[in-house]
Amino acid sequence: MSDEVAVDIANDADMVPARAQARALALRLGFSRTDATLIATAISEVARNIVVHAGTGRIVMKPLYEQERFGLMVIAADHGPGIQDVDGILQSGYVSPNGLGLGLPGTRRLMDEFEISSEIGTGTTVTLVKWRQRDELEQLRERRRGATQRKG
Amino acid sequence: MSVAILRQGDYLIASIQGDLTDGQVLALRDDLAERVGHYRARGLIVDVAALDVIDSFVARSLRSIAITAALRGAATVVVGIQPDVAIAMVHFDLDLAPLHAALDLDSAITLLDGHQQGAGEHER
Repeated sequence: MSDEVAVDIANDADMVPARAQARALALRLGFSRTDATLIATAISEVARNIVVHAGTGRIVMKPLYEQERFGLMVIAADHGPGIQDVDGILQSGYVSPNGLGLGLPGTRRLMDEFEISSEIGTGTTVTLVKWRQRDELEQLRERRRGATQRKG
Repeated sequence: MSVAILRQGDYLIASIQGDLTDGQVLALRDDLAERVGHYRARGLIVDVAALDVIDSFVARSLRSIAITAALRGAATVVVGIQPDVAIAMVHFDLDLAPLHAALDLDSAITLLDGHQQGAGEHER
């Protein structure tokens, strides 16, 4: 299954469809409404970082399928100026000169996995994952569907 | 812009109709600061029920609307924050004062009425 979604981010108006795409993909993967909102909020934060700090960039959202859990991975990449002090901006309470700051620590708390790599002059990539545990009933249903399909 | 602004006595009610871009959020702040003075409003109610995401920028903008309105003599109450949105907002270490929140329009008006009464007593 390849329902990867890519959204180009060039200005603040692109954040609205990016959030909508994230929410739709989250709901398709069976995330709760609340988790879909947390994911859409995280997307909004990384999209804003792109617009404010790099100007343009791209957000890719990928479904992750595992036996016991489904995940939604977000890769937000730009070719902007890069971040000098990655550890610093992850501190709660950090505020950058243009008043942004609460964003990344908040984004980290909204998601289950958070990774940032940045190089001065090259750009920044933020990778996020939110997981949803699949219960036994859901796994059993899938195995049954698989068995029926093999028969047919 | 997709924001309807109504007057109700001494209060202004700004009802956001759908997702706003960052630019529209800032324009709303400036517009409300202007109108609070123009209508001599004592209270400002911002209805955000239509927003399905309130990220750190929008939250801080709501706070700055409240600060601006306070400097223009009006108290601000946000109404209609969705439950999922409230849960998401907790993840940001936000200090939203002097912004007040109420569940719906009725409670917001009650809150503002009380606020005005309190202010009146203080003046006496």
